Amino acid sequence: MYDFQYAKPARLADAVKMAAEADSKFIAGGMTLLPALKQRMARPSTLIDLSGIAELTGISMQEGLLTIGAMTCHFEVASSELVHAAIPSLSALAGTIGDQQVRHRGTIGGSVANNDPNADYPAGLLGLGATIATDRRVIPADDFFRGLFDTALDEGEVLTGVTFPIPDAAAYMKFPSPASGYALIGVMVSRTGGNVRVAVTGGGHGVFRMATAEAALAADWSPQALAEIEVDHDLLTDDHSAPVLYKAALIRVLTARAVASTIRPS
Amino acid sequence: MPTVSLTINGEHVTTEVENRTLLVQLLRDQLSLTGTHVGCDTSQCGACVVHRDGRSVKSCTILAVQCEGANIVTIEGIAPPGGLHPMQEAFNHHHGLQCGYCTPGMIMSLLDLLRVDPRPDEHVVRKWLEGNICRCTGYQSIVDAALECADRRASGEHAHV
Repeated sequence: MYDFQYAKPARLADAVKMAAEADSKFIAGGMTLLPALKQRMARPSTLIDLSGIAELTGISMQEGLLTIGAMTCHFEVASSELVHAAIPSLSALAGTIGDQQVRHRGTIGGSVANNDPNADYPAGLLGLGATIATDRRVIPADDFFRGLFDTALDEGEVLTGVTFPIPDAAAYMKFPSPASGYALIGVMVSRTGGNVRVAVTGGGHGVFRMATAEAALAADWSPQALAEIEVDHDLLTDDHSAPVLYKAALIRVLTARAVASTIRPS
Repeated sequence: MPTVSLTINGEHVTTEVENRTLLVQLLRDQLSLTGTHVGCDTSQCGACVVHRDGRSVKSCTILAVQCEGANIVTIEGIAPPGGLHPMQEAFNHHHGLQCGYCTPGMIMSLLDLLRVDPRPDEHVVRKWLEGNICRCTGYQSIVDAALECADRRASGEHAHV
């Protein structure tokens, strides 16, 4: 690892100011950034540690919306009674990220800002129709994720929190890579009134919504509605993890399982 | 050079580090606390697990400077010198190790588990150990040791675990 300057501001405004002055990088939980620094894949002059900014941590419910501060770790989300009561599928998703030690450090803001093409949270945010707040604006998830490790965040912009509407029904199904534990494919489905969202991670180009499945499920919220669904192969890549046909099959199966899990047996 | 002040196994430590120094490097290279191991150096194997403010973390993926003011406990800090912690006794009893390389991380992870869930079942133990890799034992003896330690604590044999 190349050496760098290290700063741990206590105020958001100071973090933003520091980022404007130096060739810097923000560090949240560091679960991706530190391994990348060890590989010398990045050489920031300054690491700006966001863990000292109290307002970036915490979970709250206000006016029917669930807000999670950017520096809230996966363990806190997975074990929060507030999250579990509001969106149990989000608790479950957070509890499948990495391993226990990673969940003690890794944060929702870090994962979302990194937008790894196999990460869980991007599917969670896109599938639940979340909004992402920064130090300067609010961005809908639909406009935030822009492909491989790319987001709508500008240079030096700090992600401060994520706000979720409460769905009528939602579920996340993931087929973890046996080697890494990352989602080989992960699917978040949600239904709020007549509005259905289906978001897929692991395809290869970054998280995406599946319009065909959304239309089918809006007409009929049942696994059977997905029987004839085609998955757009252009959204998938042949890579080390799996070939396109296998990924497409996993997407169909996991989407159906996610929907099925939201329906109580009568 | 930057300095970092923290508590390690109950002792206050102030030392110079580089900003890029990892916690595990501070522990092993500067403080000679070599019970904490480096297996993969990519936060996957769990040989480097220590407790930071009561929670298990991988010391290969946290900077020493990020531990300013923190309370760190390593495998050296869980039992008095020459003694064994009940979890270590349980590992001994069940032959929960062969080469022993993963053992300090296993034990630090499992002590964190018993803190949050004093009576885990086998499934919970195995899930908790997702981030700790052992290439010798096949895990069965490790899981047995963890369950025995939890049982003995529940029966009051060692309330201090």
